[in-house]
Amino acid sequence: MEYFLEQLINGITLGSIYGLIAIGYTMVYGIIGMINFAHGDIFMIGAMISLIAILALGLTASASFALLLLALILVLAIAMILASAFNWTVERVAYRPLRGSFRLAPLISAIGMSIVLQEFARIAQGGRPKPMQPLLSGGFELMHRTTEAGDFIVRISTIQIIVIVTTLALMALFTALITRTSLGRAQRSCEQDMKMASLLGIDVNKTISITFVMGASLAAVAGLMFFLRYGVIDFYIGFVAGVKAFTAAVLGGIGSIPGAMLGGLVIGLIEVFWSAYFSVEYKDVAAFAMLAVVLIFLPQGLLGKPEVEKV
Amino acid sequence: MALAPQPTQQGGARTAQTPTVPKGDQKRLLIDLLLTGLIASAIFGPIVGMNATAPQGGLVLEYRWAAVLWLVGIVVVGRLLLHLLVWNRPDWVKPIHIKRLGAGLAGLGLVSLLLGLFVVKAPWFDAAGVFGLIAGAWFYISSSNETAAERGAPSPLANAIEPLGKYVGVALLLIAIALPFIPGVDRRIVDLAILMLTYVMLGWGLNIVVGLAGLLDLGYVAFYAVGAYAYALLSTIYFPLWFGDGITPWAFWLVLPLAGLFAACWGLILGFPVLRLRGDYLAIVTLAFGEIIRLILINWYDFTGGPNGISDVPRPSFFGIPFTNDENGFAATFGLTYSPLQRIIFLYYVILMLALITNFVTMRLRKLPIGRAWEALREDEIACRSLGINTTNTKLTAFAIGAMFGGFAGSFFATRQGFVSPESFVFMESAIILAIVVLGGLGSQIGVVVAAIVVIGAFELFRELNFLKAIMWEGFDPTQYRMLAVGVAMVLIMRWRPRGLVTKRDPSIYLKEKKAVSADLVAQGHG
Repeated sequence: MEYFLEQLINGITLGSIYGLIAIGYTMVYGIIGMINFAHGDIFMIGAMISLIAILALGLTASASFALLLLALILVLAIAMILASAFNWTVERVAYRPLRGSFRLAPLISAIGMSIVLQEFARIAQGGRPKPMQPLLSGGFELMHRTTEAGDFIVRISTIQIIVIVTTLALMALFTALITRTSLGRAQRSCEQDMKMASLLGIDVNKTISITFVMGASLAAVAGLMFFLRYGVIDFYIGFVAGVKAFTAAVLGGIGSIPGAMLGGLVIGLIEVFWSAYFSVEYKDVAAFAMLAVVLIFLPQGLLGKPEVEKV
Repeated sequence: MALAPQPTQQGGARTAQTPTVPKGDQKRLLIDLLLTGLIASAIFGPIVGMNATAPQGGLVLEYRWAAVLWLVGIVVVGRLLLHLLVWNRPDWVKPIHIKRLGAGLAGLGLVSLLLGLFVVKAPWFDAAGVFGLIAGAWFYISSSNETAAERGAPSPLANAIEPLGKYVGVALLLIAIALPFIPGVDRRIVDLAILMLTYVMLGWGLNIVVGLAGLLDLGYVAFYAVGAYAYALLSTIYFPLWFGDGITPWAFWLVLPLAGLFAACWGLILGFPVLRLRGDYLAIVTLAFGEIIRLILINWYDFTGGPNGISDVPRPSFFGIPFTNDENGFAATFGLTYSPLQRIIFLYYVILMLALITNFVTMRLRKLPIGRAWEALREDEIACRSLGINTTNTKLTAFAIGAMFGGFAGSFFATRQGFVSPESFVFMESAIILAIVVLGGLGSQIGVVVAAIVVIGAFELFRELNFLKAIMWEGFDPTQYRMLAVGVAMVLIMRWRPRGLVTKRDPSIYLKEKKAVSADLVAQGHG
């Protein structure tokens, strides 16, 4: 029971990170109908920038908690802005000129861009994993039970709390942004009918750019959270995390933001429980198999609308 | 769902690229450049400028601001040049001038490069040549302001070359057959040619799935892996177990058909669940399958040897006669003097033969009902089904036959390397094969050959770029930039020539007379 609870908390933390990345996939797919294959690498870039910003600010675990929290908010802002610059450029350079080209052109271009981002990070920052001492330690004991077999403790660490709280806050913020503001309205209208939206005076290109920027800033948040939680990153983390987050986006129903979050949680829980109860080695196999199963049997996702093809 | 072309985009690529700076407006231009610089600094600043390294355990930052300044400077100056020469050029400068300037620069660059490589042997000549080539290509690319549709049409250059097309194929074939005996060809070149032919074969195999049937497969390397492991496992463990050691010299020839069969089975197994999927979803699922197979190869330690792979895979033999330096060896049997080159040349002919078989089978299949069904499927799946074509069988045969050739190539890879490990079958490998097919032009057989030579040749060229070491910074290693170049190339090709280098497609069915078809009239990758 305690083990289960512990894993549940781990799963929710991991799922939140996947969910944040998945929102970027789902928004872009919803609006221009392409898989932004490079999105996972934007997540990696976000994590890299967070690491660099933490080092540049000279943050160490010895600083006081309040100061650390403030500094992390600053790091978060830096990572969000810079990752947005990356994704904006990617859209501008690799996707916008291809609108109206044949259908697989943007996907192939996106694969190229993903390679470019990965290699850029590898060449500039080196191929070795970058480990760092955990910045935030400590946490709370949720449960403590002593039996003859030993002590059972369920803990939730400060970082896990931060991850979950940040995710919830950002979800609320973005949901409000999509449902309440004129920007969100423009996005939803582009999603429904791009041509009609542009006839009604919506700057489609700008709306798409903003979508990419929003997706990237959430991926950067996920990057920082991932780095804080696991303490080690390299240039390759974007690939697997990207595929899992995409699975989450499809599972939740592509185009649906709450769906992406839900999908992320499901994928995170499956991964954690799979590693906990079956085998750690095959956890990625489970994730990839999950992707195949979801795409084949549930392509409209949990919260999505079935897609009808008109001839 | 569909990528609807937007009304604001009717000018095609030009409106998409043209910034909103009116001609002669210095202030707006300055602002635009400032913004460019800002974005470039945001991109290069932290990642390039601050390297997090761990010299003594803990991570510290190593600052490299000079590199950032260079990169940002190059981006800003480049954009300024684009403004002045391409987007806001004076009226008397026509796009064709820029195009010619680009072609001229590239030509000069090539001359300078060749001079530097073979005559003067000065690094600066090489460097000037490379930069001339890059700048020329850039001008050439950025001057093309045709619409997306026009971009697919054959260029004048291509029109001039295309009548020679059939001779190019024959010439390439003759060169390929004679290659090992051309004077001056040494082991390194034959090795490189073997590598190129392996990729030609893989490209042709993938071309069946992507180019003909229109099913984007991102996990093609899985079948390559199946073929390689089939040979490695059967020849090192199971054949000696079942038939004794005497079989080893024959193992390659026995396993080759089996490997193709296994790979084709895997093509069916992996193809069956994805029958309902199309386009992007299909691509991602095939990617997932490719990764699953690789992860299983890594983790199933007892069977595959895990990350260590399988070593001592038997080398090929000349139909049972090994290439060894003793009286039973190839050289002694045929009365030749022993040379290790003999095995390499034999390998070369094996892969040449395998590749030609792939090409021959593909060409014949295109003329059979099944080949036509593939192309019909690529053009329009719904229409195809309405006309009574069994799309299930059509898709599965495409997957299986494409996979089979991947399996052959994998077996060959295993016997050539003498060693297999999961490292050789990563996603990047699939991406390179796809890049070759895309660069050559989806569905074009000769295009794959050209693209494989260009890509693998360029890979090798990166090793030779010693002049860059001379003029760039200390410790500069050009080979590090190979995959980066592949990625950039994939993006540029999609922007500039989405139909690939060879834009002509042979019609598979015609009335009376065969006419060339522009690739633009061929639907690609709707599947």
